[in-house]
This record gives sequence, structure tokens and C-alpha cells, in this order.
Amino acid sequence: MHHSLLLALNDVSPQNLSIFDPASPPAEAIHQLSMLVLAITGGIFLVVEGILIYSLVRFRSPHNPRNGEPPQVYGSQPIEIAWTAAPALIVFVLALVIVRTEWEVRGDPEKLQPELKESKPLRVTAIGHQWWWEYVYESFGDEKLDFLTANELHVPASNRQVPSERRPVYLTLKSADVNHSFWVPRLAGKTDLIPGRTNTMWFETSQTGIFFGQCAEYCGTQHANMLLRVSVDPPEQFEKWLDNERKNAFESDDAAIRKGKQVFLAQSCVNCHRVSGTSARGKVGPDLTHLMGRATLAGGTIDNDRKGENLRRWIEDPQTIKPGCLMPAFGLSASDLDGVVRYLSSLE
Amino acid sequence: MSVAEQPRVETPPWTATLNEWAATVDHKKIGLLYIGMSVVFLVVAGVEALLMRWQLIVPRNTFLSPQIFNQMFTMHGTTMVFFVGMPILIGIGNFAVPLQIGARDMAFPRLNALGFWVTLFGGLLVYFSFLTGGAPDFGWFAYAPLTEKTFARGPAADLWALGLIVSGIGTVTAAVNFVATILGMRAPGMSLWKIPFFSWTILWTSVQILLALPPLTAALIMVVFDRQLGAHFFDAQTGGSSYLWQHMFWFFGHPEVYILILPGFGMIAEIVPVFSRKVLFGYEFMAAATMAIVFISMGVWAHHMFCVGMNRTLDLYFAGASLLVSIPTGIKMFNWLATMYGGRIWLASPMLFACGFLSMFLIGGLTGIMLAAAPFDFQLSDSYFVVGHFHWVLIGGTLFATFAGLHYWYPKATGRMLSERIARWQFFLLFVGFIVTFGPMHIAGMLGMPRRIYTYDANRGWDIWNQLATVGGLIQAPSYLLFVYNIIASLWKGRPAGDNPWDAWTLEWATTSPPPSYNFEEIPTVHSRRPLWDLRHPDDPDWQYE
Amino acid sequence: MSGELLKPPAIVPYRGPSAAQWGMLAFLLSEVAFFSTLIMVYLVFLGADTQEGGRGGPTPAGVLSLGLVIGTTICLLSSSATIHLAERALRRGEETAFRLWWTATIVLGVVFLAGTAYEWRELIAQGLTVRRNLFGTTYYTLVGFHGVHVTVGAIVMSIVLALALRRQVTARNPHGVELVSWYWHFVDGVWVVVFAVVYVVGR
Repeated sequence: MHHSLLLALNDVSPQNLSIFDPASPPAEAIHQLSMLVLAITGGIFLVVEGILIYSLVRFRSPHNPRNGEPPQVYGSQPIEIAWTAAPALIVFVLALVIVRTEWEVRGDPEKLQPELKESKPLRVTAIGHQWWWEYVYESFGDEKLDFLTANELHVPASNRQVPSERRPVYLTLKSADVNHSFWVPRLAGKTDLIPGRTNTMWFETSQTGIFFGQCAEYCGTQHANMLLRVSVDPPEQFEKWLDNERKNAFESDDAAIRKGKQVFLAQSCVNCHRVSGTSARGKVGPDLTHLMGRATLAGGTIDNDRKGENLRRWIEDPQTIKPGCLMPAFGLSASDLDGVVRYLSSLE
Repeated sequence: MSVAEQPRVETPPWTATLNEWAATVDHKKIGLLYIGMSVVFLVVAGVEALLMRWQLIVPRNTFLSPQIFNQMFTMHGTTMVFFVGMPILIGIGNFAVPLQIGARDMAFPRLNALGFWVTLFGGLLVYFSFLTGGAPDFGWFAYAPLTEKTFARGPAADLWALGLIVSGIGTVTAAVNFVATILGMRAPGMSLWKIPFFSWTILWTSVQILLALPPLTAALIMVVFDRQLGAHFFDAQTGGSSYLWQHMFWFFGHPEVYILILPGFGMIAEIVPVFSRKVLFGYEFMAAATMAIVFISMGVWAHHMFCVGMNRTLDLYFAGASLLVSIPTGIKMFNWLATMYGGRIWLASPMLFACGFLSMFLIGGLTGIMLAAAPFDFQLSDSYFVVGHFHWVLIGGTLFATFAGLHYWYPKATGRMLSERIARWQFFLLFVGFIVTFGPMHIAGMLGMPRRIYTYDANRGWDIWNQLATVGGLIQAPSYLLFVYNIIASLWKGRPAGDNPWDAWTLEWATTSPPPSYNFEEIPTVHSRRPLWDLRHPDDPDWQYE
Repeated sequence: MSGELLKPPAIVPYRGPSAAQWGMLAFLLSEVAFFSTLIMVYLVFLGADTQEGGRGGPTPAGVLSLGLVIGTTICLLSSSATIHLAERALRRGEETAFRLWWTATIVLGVVFLAGTAYEWRELIAQGLTVRRNLFGTTYYTLVGFHGVHVTVGAIVMSIVLALALRRQVTARNPHGVELVSWYWHFVDGVWVVVFAVVYVVGR
């Protein structure tokens, strides 16, 4: 089992998933609310804990029945009313703030912010699978997209100052099997993906770079490795990525790669995986059309090291890397394995 | 002489003892059986917790496989809620309630015995799954469709559902029994508003059990029907609804939290006055707050489901209702503090645990306010923050209160005092270990760590918090062992307790320790909430002021 | 005040329901919670089969007929009257009348069950099973659990009848009979709701 340790992400630069470092309006609104709630609860904590400690220090005394009993106080209606009213007031104030934040976070942004009409939104349907994410790119602005990718969500950076340069991202969330939850803490709170229901969420950020997260609703054996990776690209770079993704899979002239492709298409790989422009049309597993455009493999569990080493290990025995995952080891011969890896490595 | 010549058939004493306990219908013995069963399951669930903590001590650890890890958290949660939390409270209630209200036994002694054995059998059914190729691995709230045949192929899910149905029946019989006993069998003079506070909370806990457990039983029956009869309740592929399961589960699951905490409130409200040497401040308000908590908490369940995409109105309703619970809970907190204020605080072990409760439950309540603030919950829900929060409530609240209660009534049950020295060690190890375990979990959650993950990457920034939590677990572990040692060893080594070692005021302290099987020579007559105070202070009895 | 012995106010004796009565009330409260859940689920899934993603198949309007069920409903409701008469007879010491009314109650309950069995046979013949669709799933669960309660009631009443025949249930101990009658009234009351939900609203 230990080589799965070695296979872990080589990229060890610290990842930021803190809810206190928001980079998108829903996360920012929640962050503001959380600061207020923390301040209020912190205040209550200090007061009550203070009274408790004071009482303990001040009134502690060794038990001695001969000392008699302290004065008995049975209660006081005014005091009771006071300490019912004070918390009630706090609750009332909190409730008002919660209503406002709820409106900001769960409201339809296009209704709440009319200027978003001028923006160029990206619409993606995210479908949760046991233990990976399927992304169906629906549209970008007025342009229909209609292609699939998996596990790594690419979105454009937004310029939130200029309405026409805003790039909000609207996600439609569905599940193919059990409950999942989409959670990238710095972008937004979580929203569940529930079989038989359709949920929505949105985010928008001007910070480029990778935002991390992972499935937050227990979804079975490999719940821990159902990782989320949102790449916020500068607009030009995003459109370049989009152009590439919309193409069919790259067809190489290299004889070795073509041979690998034949092996791939002849194996049961195609029952689950799709490579557009080929006869591989499976829908159970992730789309592989532009596999080499991704930074990770196995739902974000391991690096896509481009030398094919990790890919090879993954195909050879997925169960050592992601025990319990739905992809079995196929026992390919060394040469077949080489071919498949070579072919998949060509899918830029 | 002929008698002496015949070989004497003597029942070996241990089988006699076994028979005495197995066939008992005495509420005190049944109470102790419940407590004994809970302590055994507590140790088992503690081992499960430690295994999980060891797996999480370093990133990408391979100590447990994901399958085993998932079984561990499912069994830990199920065990702690159904086979430790509820039965230990029902056990303490069983022991103390008839004594407190001046009854000779529970209303239905044989039903009482049935309730215990059925609960135990339910627990064994759930654990039997280990022998059938693996325990259930879908989490204690078992979100459909993970419990459907498609995703849970083996018999574990069936055993889990059946075990909980069976033990649920046991719990309901206990609640029926408490309601009948408390409402119909009080000593002469004990009007409703003179019921000792612990018994009062047990009454309302029972009402809550009656309202909340049967819906769970119904939902579990549906799981069994889906799996065994091909029904479609929870299978979205055939029109069923996993969302419905969430609603039904939490309709039980949230009141369950109060089922687990109300008797704790009751024990604290017994112990704080006795060890502050003062009458409970504001009994009527405390009693009313208990009822308010029961009623409000029946309507807040979907605050466990803020992320499922309900509409805004529902989100806000459930957030508002959940915040309302904090008002009666606050009333309780303030009344306890007011009881201590101006008293003579005797920090014997029950009071030590009660102070642990007061200081820690407060924090659990405050993090609860954070979770009730719906949008904040979009971030916190299903993260390690939630794990930290509910352990803070269930250990900082229920468990500290339970230990307070066990230390308080142990002398009554056995006639012996527990060792104060061991009790203090137990308290401090638990207190420190508990904070070190569950404090860091809040931070890990706010740094994006979801619950129920068997492993994580090193660069997430979660490793230090997980290491601390594991260390905390290792500090806590010996405290439980000390407790088990203390309750066993003190049976022989403990100082004789006498009838009323704490100078307490309720009826259980008026009889011998341990009480005779009929509890009281003569059923006492009461005039106030503190009959023994009246007896000691005939010149200034309580009934003047009530 | 010191020195003088204060005299407490006189004790007002308790005149409320007995422990056994409280116990039965508590048990019935839990039953209310149980049936409320089943009824709620029935309503949630009403019409789900014909929606997108549903399984089609028999619908309530298509297969449920009122004729038979009105007959069995009358039986069950009148059994509430007969058990009341039985209980009253017992309290008056008219043991023969008690046994007659009691037997009539059992018979009416059994007729109800037989009616349900016949209805189910017809429904199964029309292809409605637990497996078929959500209507089948929820219908058999709700009506079935009610039927289980009627069955339990009939069994308990038969035991009471046997005891009565052995002169062990008499006017001097009517409490058991009273509690059984509460249970039976409850089961009848549940049926009124189930009937309204399944055969009136849901059809």
C-alpha cells in the first residue's frame, strides 16, 4: 500500500481552503456574517464564562454542615424577564442580518444585480459521480458550448468593476448516483447534488489561479478523494482552453500512438470512458478527450506528471491508488499498457 | 439427618446472581443494566474513535482502509447515539425517577425489563454485521440512496436498520413507562410543579421520544421495504426521493439531540443546587424553558439541511426557529449561574463535572448559533466544524452531565463512595483531552476540511489540527478507563456512603443506600420540591415560598 | 418563626388518570407520530408515478374502488360503537352483554381484515404490487400498517375474551378492557384519516 503514498501529489505548495479568505461574492457575504456572529458569540462567551469563573472562585467553600446554609433565593421574576429579553433581542438582530445575507447568497444574482445583464456568464452543469465530477459546459455568453470535461473546472476571471467584463459562473448541480456536495470554500458555501433534484449556485472572482475544495457530503468509499479544482484563468487563456476543449480528440500520426489507440478502443475502457471523435462513448467514467489538459488524474488524487508514469500506475492498478474506486485493474499486458498510456498521453 | 446425608444441590452463587439480574424487574437493577450496557458500548465506540484518530494523524496514512474507516465512523455514530447516549440516560432515569418521586417501581416493571433487553438486542444486531462481511458504511444518518441495495449490497444495512427498529421499540417502551410513572405514581403531595427537576426533564424527554422516534422507525421500515420488498421510497431512479429520507431522518435526528441533552440539564439542575447549598433559582422558569425547548426543537430539523437547496423562505424559517431555541437554553444557563451565585460551592466530583458541563456546554451552544445562521452554515455544514460542534455538545454537555449524575447517584446505588482522587484525575484528563481533541476540529473545518474523509493531502494545511485532535484522543482515553476502574473497584474499596452523603434534598436520599427493592418503608408525603430540606429546617420550610 | 412548628397546607389527593391510562395515552401518542409519518409520505408521493422519471402503472383513480371499502369502513366504525357498549356493559356488571358486544367487535374487526384481504387480491390481480410503482409502495405500507394494528387489536381482544370466559375479566377489573377500547378507538380514528387520504383526497 505504501507506493500510494509516494504517488501522492508532488505539488506540495500549501493550498488555501479557508472560509476566512473569500474571493467571490457569496463567500464574501458569508464571511461578513461570520465575523458578526463570531463577535456576538465571543462576547456572550466572555460574559458567561466570566460569571462562572467568578462564582467558582468567590463562593467556593469546603463543605461543613455545621456552618449552616447560605441564604436561599428562590428566584426573581424581573431578573428572569431580563435574561429572557436580552437574548431575544440578540436573536432578533441576528435574524435580521441572516435574512440579508441569505438574500445575497441564495438570491438569483441576475435579478438582484441588473447590471449583470451586460456580463458574459459561463453556465456549466456539474454532475456528481462516485468519486469524480462531470462538467457539461452549456454556454458562455450567448454562445452555446455543449462539451464535456471532468474533474477540473476552468472558468474565466472576472473584472468586477466593469459590468461588460464581468464573468459570473452559474452552476447547475445534479447527481448521477448518491448525494454529493460542491464546496470550494473561497468561492461559495456548499450546495448539495442530490439525485432527482436540480440545484444551482454561482460565483465570480477576479483572482486567477487554482481554487481547491472537495466533495462535502459523504458519498461512499472514496468520498475523501472526490477533490475539486477550479482553475480561474485570465480571459484570453480561458478562451484558448475553451477552443481546445471543443475540438475532437487529437489524432496523432505517430504509429505507436495509433497502435495504442487501437488497444484502447479494443479494451473495455470504452464501456465507461468517452473520447470524442472515436467509438469510445462510455458515460460512466470521466471523459478523456483532452486528458492531458488536466493537472491531475484519478479525480485529483494524483498528479498528471506528463511522463505517463502516474497514468501508467493508475491504469495498471487503480485500487492501490484509490481503493474501492469503481475502475478495476484490467491486467493489461505490458505492451498493451504502454500503448494505452502512449495514446492517452497524446490527448492534449 | 437424612437431609444432611443427601447430596446437596446447591446453585453456584454466580448463576444465582446472573439469574437475579437477567430476570429482574426492579427499576434500580434495570437502570444499572442500562448503564452497564452503555459503558461497554462506550468503550467499544471509543476504540472505534481512536482507530479513526490514528488514521488521521498524518496525511495519506494507510493505517485503515477507506472501507474500514467508513465503517468505523458509521458504527461510532450509531453506537454513541443509540447504544450509549440514550440508554445511559434512560438507565439513570430508570434508577433515579421512581426514587425521586416516591414510587415503589416504574409503572410497568415487566415492560421495563423488556425495554432493556430489546435495546441490548438491537445493539447486538447492529454489531452482528461485523460477522457478515463488514459493518454498515453509510454514516449514522444513512443518507439514501447509500442504503439502497445498489450501493449497500451486503446484509449490513438490513442489520443496521433492523437493529435500530428493535432498539427504537425498546426506547419507546421506556418513554411510555416514564410518562406513566411520573404522571400517575407520584408521592402524595407532589403536584406537577413539585416534581424534582431531573424527573421533570425525563418526563419531557420521554414526550420527545414518543414524538420523534416513531417517525424514524417508520423511515427505517421503509429502508427495509426498499431493500427486501423492492419498494421505491428512496430510490430516485424510480421516482423515490433521497431528499425525503433527509427530512424524515432529521425530524427524528434533531429532537434526538434534545433527547440526549435534556436529562443532562435535569442532572445539572439537581447537582448545582445541592453542591451550591442553595435552592434551584427560578424553578418555574426552568421548567417552562424545558417545555419550550421540547416544542421549539420539534420544528427546527431542516437546519441540518441548509445545503440541500431549500428555498429562501424555508432556510430563513428554520434558521429563525433554531435561534429561538437559544433563548430557553440561555434561561437555563443563567438560572444555574444564579443558583451558584451567593452559595457555598462544594467542589466534590459531581459538582466538578457539573462545572465542566457549564463551561463547555456554553461553547457548544454558541457554535450552534453559528451553525443556525443559515448562510454561515453553507460554509460550516458537513465540515469538521460540525464534528467539533456536536462533540462539544454531546461530550461537553451530555457526557459531562452524565458523569456528574453517575458520581452523584453512585453512592445511592451501591452504598459506597467513589474514589474522589480517581474522579478528579478522570475529570482533568477528560477536560483537557476533550478540548485538545475537539477544539482543533473547529479550525480544520473552517480551513475547508469536510467530515468523514479517511485521508487528506499534506498541503491542505490540516495536518497540525488533526495531530492535535489525535493527541487529545490519547489524553481522553485513560480517563474513561479510570472511570471504569473507579466504578468497579469502589464496589469493594469505597467508603460506606450512608443514606445521604451529599446532604441532598430529594426523596431518593431519604431511603437507605442501596435502597431496598420496595424503595421506601412507607411512601413519604411531600409538601415542597425539597422534602428533606423541610425535614431539616422545620422552622423555615420550602413550602412557604413555592 | 423559629421554635414554632409550621403546619403545611393539606395535601390535595391526586385524581387524574391512572398510571396505566397515562401509559396507554403515551403509547397512542407515539402511534400518532408513526402514522403521521406514513400518511405524510403517502401524500408526498401522490401522483409521483405519472410524473417524469416515474414508473407509470396503476393509479389510485384507476384501481381503487369505493364500494367494498365503504362497507369495510362501516364495519370498522360500528365496531367502535360495539366496543363502547361492551365496556359500558362490563362496568354495569352485565357480563353476558359484555361478552356479546366484545365478540361482535372482534367479528367486525375480522370482517374488515377480510375485506382488506379481498381488496388486496383484486389490486394484485390488476398489477398493483409494492414493487410496481410508488403508489403500490406507499399504499401497501400505509394500509398494511393500519391492518397490522387491526390484527393486533383483534388478537388482544380475543385474549381478553378468553379471560372473560374464564371469569377473569369482570366488573371489578374493567381497567384492561378500558385501555383496549382506547386502542381500538384510536385504530378506528386512524382509519378515518387513512380513508380520507387514500380513498377521498388521493383518488
